[in-house]
Amino acid sequence: MSAPVSTVAVVGAGPAGTRAAEVLVRAGLRPVVLDEAPDNGGRIFQRPPPGFTRPYEALYGSVAPQARALHAAFDGLRGRVDYRPSTLAWHLRPGTLHTLSDGQAGQVDFAQAILCTGAMDRVVPLPGWTRPGVTTLGGAQIALKTQGCAIGRRVAFLGTGPLLWLVAMQYAKAGATVAAVLDTTPLATKARQAPALLAGGRAFLTGLRMMAWPRLHGVKVVEGATPLEITGTDGVDGLRYRGGGREHVLACDAVAMGWGLKPETQLADLAGVPFDFDLVQRLHLPRRNDAGRTPVVGIYLAGDGARIGGAELAELQGARAAWSVVEDRGLPLDLPEIARLDRAIAAQAGFRRALDLAFPYPHALAAEMPDATTLCRCEAVTAGELRAAAAPHDLNRAKALTRLGMGRCQGRVCGPPGAEVLAAALGCEVSEVGRLRGQWPVKPVPLSMAAE
Amino acid sequence: MSTPALATQQADVVIVGGGGAGCSAALHLAQRGARVVVLERGLVGSQASGVNYGGVRQQGRHPAELPIARRAHALWQRLPELLGTDCEFEVTGHLKLARDEAEEADLVAYLDVARVHGLRLRLIGRNSLHRDYPWLGPRVVAGSLAPDDGAANPRLLAPALARAAIAAGAQVLEGAEVLGLAHDGAGFVAEAAGTLFRAPWLLNCAGFWGGKIAATFGEPVPVSPMSPLMLVSEPVPWFIEPNLGVVGGNVYLRQIRRGNIIFGGGRGENDPAIPYARALPGPAMRAMRLASELVPALAGVQIIRSWTGIDGEMPDHLPVIGASATTPGLLHAFGFSGHGFQLGPAIGAILAELVFDGRTDLPLEPFAIGRFAGTTASTMGDGT
Ligand SMILES: Cc1cc2nc3c(=O)[nH]c(=O)nc-3n(C[C@H](O)[C@H](O)[C@H](O)COP(=O)(O)OP(=O)(O)OC[C@H]3O[C@@H](n4cnc5c(N)ncnc54)[C@H](O)[C@@H]3O)c2cc1C
Ligand SMILES: Cc1cc2nc3c(=O)[nH]c(=O)nc-3n(C[C@H](O)[C@H](O)[C@H](O)COP(=O)(O)OP(=O)(O)OC[C@H]3O[C@@H](n4cnc5c(N)ncnc54)[C@H](O)[C@@H]3O)c2cc1C
Repeated sequence: MSAPVSTVAVVGAGPAGTRAAEVLVRAGLRPVVLDEAPDNGGRIFQRPPPGFTRPYEALYGSVAPQARALHAAFDGLRGRVDYRPSTLAWHLRPGTLHTLSDGQAGQVDFAQAILCTGAMDRVVPLPGWTRPGVTTLGGAQIALKTQGCAIGRRVAFLGTGPLLWLVAMQYAKAGATVAAVLDTTPLATKARQAPALLAGGRAFLTGLRMMAWPRLHGVKVVEGATPLEITGTDGVDGLRYRGGGREHVLACDAVAMGWGLKPETQLADLAGVPFDFDLVQRLHLPRRNDAGRTPVVGIYLAGDGARIGGAELAELQGARAAWSVVEDRGLPLDLPEIARLDRAIAAQAGFRRALDLAFPYPHALAAEMPDATTLCRCEAVTAGELRAAAAPHDLNRAKALTRLGMGRCQGRVCGPPGAEVLAAALGCEVSEVGRLRGQWPVKPVPLSMAAE
Repeated sequence: MSTPALATQQADVVIVGGGGAGCSAALHLAQRGARVVVLERGLVGSQASGVNYGGVRQQGRHPAELPIARRAHALWQRLPELLGTDCEFEVTGHLKLARDEAEEADLVAYLDVARVHGLRLRLIGRNSLHRDYPWLGPRVVAGSLAPDDGAANPRLLAPALARAAIAAGAQVLEGAEVLGLAHDGAGFVAEAAGTLFRAPWLLNCAGFWGGKIAATFGEPVPVSPMSPLMLVSEPVPWFIEPNLGVVGGNVYLRQIRRGNIIFGGGRGENDPAIPYARALPGPAMRAMRLASELVPALAGVQIIRSWTGIDGEMPDHLPVIGASATTPGLLHAFGFSGHGFQLGPAIGAILAELVFDGRTDLPLEPFAIGRFAGTTASTMGDGT
């Protein structure tokens, strides 16, 4: 008989995972921290590969101090956590994470797991979005952050949300030409949230500066734009859009696009955490309380992987979820610290809500995409094919009939816009068509990983 | 059962379960003019019939099943005419492989069984096998090719059968779980979707859950939930034409035209009460190893998804098909033990004959529910 497993596993070494591990170590535990990426930092504070020497200020801009602090915190944990970089968790069963590293399958048995899996870009497919030269905003940023290269010479930025303005500014500062920033949210929508956004304090000011930056530097800005088509023969040569009641063509050789972020919830789903439809983010999100506990015993959630809230909130939630683990293991608590975390988390609620409302997912744009638009790019399913599959109110049945979401990404990209198209075609609420059923693996794994 | 407020609807035949068996029964009965109602708890084809491997195979079946499989085979070829779609049925051939001499002896022994039933098979020795299929691994020593077998898209069959049944006049109710069932002396009464459905005939086509219905009518059977484990790869250039199996069945795989490879082998976990089913990593990895031994070039492909479903498994791996031993007018067709997809189209034809003609030409004795009489409740899988 082996001893009962007492390990705490932390999935993800971004802001949430780092702060979770820190608290666990403080409580005298030695967690396993695994991350699919070769280095820690997560998305916002992703570290460049070894040998790349761009300074923190160039890489992380106004959040360089936070990046430096987070990296230092993680470096301070080395030796005191069982850190496993380049390790993908592809399945979670009660008490076990199934992993892939160095091409080999493995597993980590745990008593508690804190899932800090972060987010991915959210897109609205539009005609031409599958052309080479089109990436997500996050993809464009990673190219810059980790490799110091741009996705084109003359890049159009399309979408909505803070990342739109941030990446456009980062590109311009790095020396790329920003053809334009096209925000699908009208100025008025954002302005309505200004009073509530003020609560964000420093974050709000940073945001205002980011949005002012292109204008101050002579970059074309269109708010309330409606994208029509990304044109080109081999790659990209332009972006057709409607703005101010007229149609325009913007010359560019690359497009970075994104409409906010979407949590990576597959592990929570496999763990059996129930999901609820969130009317503001228009997504099914895993259920958990403010202390990071889910209804599934032993499973905790923190950061963008549970609900989009940004890096600062992710750090707070990571620490808070770890204190829940500490409490549930009956270990001594730092109650003033927990109270401070709870206050700080609560204080962000109003700002985050305003941010969600200021940059809404343009669901009508998704719902009304032209029939010929490739909706699912893995399986080349068009919006028209989905509409024609006279399905009942069920996204999974629509998938079975059309192959939507059956490819490499398993619907992580096309699922939400597909739900909008289907709901509009059926004349029902998007919450009624459900969400795509999840199965392992969370990301593709090679057959050879099973070799003995 | 006796809430007076419920509406009542009269039919000739009530079918419980909208899988391949229930939907094909609805089609064949409606075509002969019966008033048919299908009551399906979820969506048609949402259980075993919609999520299986898609193997449309006669080779390797139990001799008792071959007559039904032969009849089904004829129907599979007529799908476009019957259903207006081929359900992506393709005659790719089914190549069953032996990995040692004992397995090879098994292939040879089956040739006689096949001959009796008119199933074409061609035994291929080691050298020709590796010449014809150069991508096979060195452990493979012989193969048996069933040139008329193939595969189809399971997601399409039950919905297509249901559409055709509706076009022929059947009523197919989805989201209609049968909550109560009884025979009140005059006929059957089924409660579902807030309605009492009355009919002189009741067809139990409820898959694994058919066991519960049989028990309701006093004939419990030892059925347990089984979940064959499935994996699918990303698309790779097409090179595997036949549907591949092995003696013993611990791994099977096929490549669809668009490039994805579908693998099966081992079992997943399930809870039929929910119903819930999921592939298990341990057995999946064993299937991965066996698959790359069979076709070494597959070692590098990426698995993008796993899944499974729930079928009813009988101790002798043969389904229950035919008349109830306790209740006149009740017909069973369930417990297909992991190989009822291919049989589906014929099951409806057989049940329609039993209803209209009181007989069928196909021998059904091996499938009689009476073969389990005397089984005690303690040996029964309750499925949870
Ligand atoms: C592409 C992209 C760019 C972004 N850029 C910015 C930005 O510039 N500014 C900003 O404020 N916000 C940005 N964000 C938002 C950012 O996600 C959050 O602000 C912050 O990083 C959230 O922290 P986190 O710890 O919750 O998640 P993350 O920082 O995303 O960390 C999650 C970690 O979990 C790992 N992981 C996930 N799933 C698994 C698995 N199954 N197995 C193993 N490891 C796994 C990931 O590799 C990752 O390292 C960006 C988001 C994305 C997706
Ligand atoms: C993963 C997997 C792979 C397989 N691979 C193959 C293969 O390659 N080739 C092959 O020939 N066979 C295969 N099979 C077997 C085959 O899928 C089944 O034998 C066949 O589909 C059974 O059909 P059915 O109609 O009896 O059952 P089902 O398809 O399960 O239909 C029964 C229906 O009854 C409904 N139901 C149950 N209770 C109630 C109730 N109280 N009220 C209303 N509705 C109810 C259920 O919701 C269900 O839809 C496989 C099975 C699985 C699970």
